[in-house]
Amino acid sequence: MGEDRSAAFYWLAAAFAAYVLFLYGPVIVIFVLSFQGPSGGLTFPLNGLSLHWFERLWTGGGIVDIHDAFLRSLELGVVVMILTVLLSLSAGLAFRKRFRGSNLLFLVAIASLIVPSIVTSLGIALEFHLFDDLLKSHGPRWLTGNLKTTMGLFTSGLGAHLTWTLPFGLLVMFAIFNRFDARYEEAARDLGASPWQTLRHVVLPIIMPSVIGVGLFGFTLSWDEIARSSQAMGEHNTLPMTLQALTTTVTTPEIYALGTATTGVSFAVIALALIAITLIRARQARHGSDAGQA
Amino acid sequence: MTAIANTRAADPASARTSAAKTTVDRTGVPGWLQAMPFGLVFLVFFVIPLILVVIVSFWDYNDYEMIARFTTRSYTETFDGCLTQLPDLCTILKTYASTAKFCFIVWLTTLLIGFTVAYFLAFHVRTLTMQMVLFLVCTIPFWTSNVIRMISWIPLLGRNGLVNDVLIKAHIVNQPVEWLLYSPFSVGLAFTHLFTFFMVVPIFNSMMRIDKRLIEAAYDSGASGWQTLWNLIIPLSKPGIVIGSIFVVTIVMGDFITFDVMGGEQIASAGKVVETRLNALQFPPAAANAVILLAVTLIIIAGLNRIVDVRKEL
Repeated sequence: MGEDRSAAFYWLAAAFAAYVLFLYGPVIVIFVLSFQGPSGGLTFPLNGLSLHWFERLWTGGGIVDIHDAFLRSLELGVVVMILTVLLSLSAGLAFRKRFRGSNLLFLVAIASLIVPSIVTSLGIALEFHLFDDLLKSHGPRWLTGNLKTTMGLFTSGLGAHLTWTLPFGLLVMFAIFNRFDARYEEAARDLGASPWQTLRHVVLPIIMPSVIGVGLFGFTLSWDEIARSSQAMGEHNTLPMTLQALTTTVTTPEIYALGTATTGVSFAVIALALIAITLIRARQARHGSDAGQA
Repeated sequence: MTAIANTRAADPASARTSAAKTTVDRTGVPGWLQAMPFGLVFLVFFVIPLILVVIVSFWDYNDYEMIARFTTRSYTETFDGCLTQLPDLCTILKTYASTAKFCFIVWLTTLLIGFTVAYFLAFHVRTLTMQMVLFLVCTIPFWTSNVIRMISWIPLLGRNGLVNDVLIKAHIVNQPVEWLLYSPFSVGLAFTHLFTFFMVVPIFNSMMRIDKRLIEAAYDSGASGWQTLWNLIIPLSKPGIVIGSIFVVTIVMGDFITFDVMGGEQIASAGKVVETRLNALQFPPAAANAVILLAVTLIIIAGLNRIVDVRKEL
């Protein structure tokens, strides 16, 4: 690479700038429009600035009640986040050893990313449908008496989301352990640490910032997921599904306000994760590492 | 965000093998047991559901339930009239042809834009910090839901949107342009907007692995910029290009939400066929269409896999 910028650099930089504008432009437009005045419409011009549409959203005065969908998505996101961290971490540790079927498991996880979401969603819906039928015809009466369906947010819905977040979690774990210096573990073992102590006091503190990253990834993937959820949620909708349904019916900026609020939650979660990572890094810088402390 | 940055540098295959070589036993718990919860999730919510989809696609059905009796009815009905109508295409083939057309156009635009962006980041941004910063700038919109990023085109492309405003004020058109929104154009645009980044990440990853000395050697041997690009960088970026292509093509192939929201529910797609059948609670035909969709997707991946062995690259 030469010392001076070539003409190619400026063309490419301009192309890159155009791409960034293309990425951000439309989204910024709806953030601005969500602060539309009470008489404003779906497009420019802005008729004054107000929080009118956020207020309507919050008080439920306008469209169908989104409080429940909001809470459902939040609860599901948190559960998915926790399970994604635990299961990916455990599987990540497993992949560092040899175990039978590790190649198959890896391929299945990757396949889960590539198989169209609607197919996975249909499969899960079918599975629960057949399971319901089986329960109703063969299950004990006390259980099936007023059973409608076993499908739900934390059964089929949770499973559907995990098939989406876990492959990403595993890939990030590979990246983490790829950079991990195994000599720390060997040193711990040489000093007499049990395998569990090594994991708890040596490995986990070192990889903790990245593990938080996995959790963050899991939450936001779940928070925005829609294709896999479409058939697998049972009778209730998640927030993105509600939002999609609203695109055809709502003709006020309220939908932009909902979009802005949803994105706000994503950014709040990212900010929390970044703060946590910074705190951990600072603590590590002060103490070296908390290895060896109780 | 660190998660994204880490994925970029991911090299799971070598992580697996190199880690396996150096490890005797790290936690005292056998590997298969540690991997079991992870594996069980995929068994229950992915493998078994897929098997059921294949089985049920051969079941019979009536207006309100499916019947566990072998028949190829769902397939014959799906392809109904496809032979007799030749040379005209029947509905299902038309749908697949249209979806394939979208796949090709979106693949081409995301590849051109994605390659350019990755090339700029990898070879023209000089410091690693600046590369990371610009890379993060590209990832931030990804924390916004896809539906929101789709509807964000409405104030721009709608009848009274910004684009039409500008066109009318500049006297380029007299009437608002109608094909900007709820049209094939807006569907293609939204796909490009949503998924170009899936091209950027793997191509950038491949490019970062290219030994910079090779480029200097090409330069010293008198190769022009284009010759270096064509004979060196593109061949060495091929794994990234193929992985990105697989992502983009499979997403467009199975999509039904973007087609719905941006197409104003007017444009058919392979994924939507499955959804429509499901909404009518007809499981066997939905399953048959899902099997067809899956088969077509796998054939495309197999074709791309012939160009580059993706398993080696993962």
